[in-house]
Amino acid sequence: MRRISVAILASTGLALAACSSASDKKADSSKSAAGTTASSGADLTGAGATFPYPLYSRWVSEYAAATGTKINYQQIGSGGGIKQLQEQTVDFGASDAPMSDSEMVKAKGGPVFHIPSVVGVVAIAYNLPGVTQPLKLTGPIVADIFLGKITKWNDSRITALNPGVTLPNSDILVVHRSEGSGTTYVFSDYLTAISPAWKSGPGKGKELQWPVGLGERGNDGVAGRIKQTPGALGYVEMAFVKQNRLSSALMQNAAGQFVAPSDEAATAAADAAIAKLPPKTDYRISIVNAQGAGAYPISSLTYLLVYQHMSDAAKAKKLSDFIKWALTTGQKDASALDYAPLPSSMIPKLTARADSVATGSGR
Amino acid sequence: MSEETAPFIASRPTPAVVPAQIEGASYGDRIYRWATLGFALVIPSLLLLIGVEVFRAGWPAFKAFGFSFFTSSAWDPVNGSFGAAPAVFGTIVSSILALIIATPLAVGVAIFLSEFAPNWIRQPVAFFVDLLAAIPSVVYGLWGVLVLVPFIRANVMPFVKDTLHLGDFPLFTGAAYGPSMFAAGCILAIMVLPYISAVTREVLRAVPRSQREAALALGATRWEMIWDAVLPYARSGIVGGVILGLGRAIGETMAVTMVIGNRHELSASLFQPGYTMASLIANEFAEATGDLHVSALMAVGAGLFLVTVIVNAIARWLVWRTARVGGGT
Repeated sequence: MRRISVAILASTGLALAACSSASDKKADSSKSAAGTTASSGADLTGAGATFPYPLYSRWVSEYAAATGTKINYQQIGSGGGIKQLQEQTVDFGASDAPMSDSEMVKAKGGPVFHIPSVVGVVAIAYNLPGVTQPLKLTGPIVADIFLGKITKWNDSRITALNPGVTLPNSDILVVHRSEGSGTTYVFSDYLTAISPAWKSGPGKGKELQWPVGLGERGNDGVAGRIKQTPGALGYVEMAFVKQNRLSSALMQNAAGQFVAPSDEAATAAADAAIAKLPPKTDYRISIVNAQGAGAYPISSLTYLLVYQHMSDAAKAKKLSDFIKWALTTGQKDASALDYAPLPSSMIPKLTARADSVATGSGR
Repeated sequence: MSEETAPFIASRPTPAVVPAQIEGASYGDRIYRWATLGFALVIPSLLLLIGVEVFRAGWPAFKAFGFSFFTSSAWDPVNGSFGAAPAVFGTIVSSILALIIATPLAVGVAIFLSEFAPNWIRQPVAFFVDLLAAIPSVVYGLWGVLVLVPFIRANVMPFVKDTLHLGDFPLFTGAAYGPSMFAAGCILAIMVLPYISAVTREVLRAVPRSQREAALALGATRWEMIWDAVLPYARSGIVGGVILGLGRAIGETMAVTMVIGNRHELSASLFQPGYTMASLIANEFAEATGDLHVSALMAVGAGLFLVTVIVNAIARWLVWRTARVGGGT
């Protein structure tokens, strides 16, 4: 079902790309046409990341029930969300990776706010029949597995970390995403932070040149492949580990502890990273390999992207109210859906920022 | 135009007897003629427009990488360097693999159905073979993911590597992932089989009865009759059917994407993951960031366009040649 919708969205993306490549005048007319069709029946429209979609869709329905404001959120991927925000075909975008400076410049509606909505957790999932206790792994080991330097499960570096665990003498079958994705961005952000060889090799991005492994489409594709293939290892969002009942590795954090992926551990990581930020931060930050005790090292903020100055004051008010609701009442939904809530220390600053959208005063 | 229609009217048996009627008829004829001409031109011009548009959009990538776009196997969105060699290679290899598997099967099925099968078995079997063509490719993909790939990983790969000890043979090296060029070839073979089989069946049915009777009269066995008299007669048609299957295999996207492993690497091993041009575009277009990335995908599209044109040209030539050499009439 999801695959089909992806295919449909891909063709939509094609159409949009065609529009955007046309001359400015044409783009403007098609934009307004797209705007009216997309917003028919909805007060606000948004598009972007697939990863927070289950949470956003619950927010949308709860918010509609509570306030009567209808929001239409389409999960077209982070890249698509950024494109549509730039073209102003949606009222807000959503992305797992922050917009780059060059992407910010291309936004037609002026300065963009990044408002973190929830913390995402990327788990290292694997399939080793007969191994019952959770495997311990470190960042450098994971980097070397994905670099193709460690190829066997019973490699001495893995067995040294896991005494008492009998690991098979079989190939590690590496699984990664085949399409650009925020999950890949977070994972490669972590490997770049922890491994010089990774930094100078594949690097950080939504899509990489992978040294080894096979590509699967979507978190569900990767999780399904791991579940099906003994000896497989890959990275997926935490929710997919639980849904597919996969094993996930304990990852060593910056403090040297081995931490299982969990919402508390990810919130702790966000808390530790946020504490160091200056008050006027734009929140375009990475929280991988955070320092705090109990912090899970592969986690990230996922963002709502909104224009600082919206032309339509009524819409700005509605959007700002929704964001404030999501940052307060909405956070309670996060844990139930396997997302980590934002640290409570962030909330007042973020709601203040949401307020500045409403008045159009900016910051 | 009028110069052309005038002699046409003049050549009709009763040109000037009822002028009003003729005039009306020629007016209708003219509209009809122009309308059909328009319809006929719409298709080629649509094709031309698509080609031009895809090449135009892919131009920045062609300009940036030159011909090495089709020879390099670096596909690195982070550093903005793109080469489509693995995808071009994968498209060609998976399609040819599919034909190698499917052609003997499909022709065999067609021969059985048209020459040997009793009526009560011919109808239902033909129906089911044709039905294979009606299954959506995403369903083939699901079947591939859930049944074919695990079977290949758990049975075919260990058998070839361990039982036959062919693990070091270049065609079968590498870790046994499951999703692979081989899996893609298998699933494509099943998908193109009904096309080849249906065309071959029709072609065999079109072989004149006299051809068969003549062979039998010369003392040929039933098998010799098929091999020496029927198949040569039908050869160009069968080649046409194979080409139809090839066209389907080259463009197939969804099912292949789900089983091929989506890996940018040139590998001689059929057991290694690979990529095809169509699945590359399907995978990456929605999330492509950066103008050069999008342009590179468009350039892959243009390359797919080219490969299709080249393959079709070769196919036309093959059909033409076999028709001439095989002596269809």
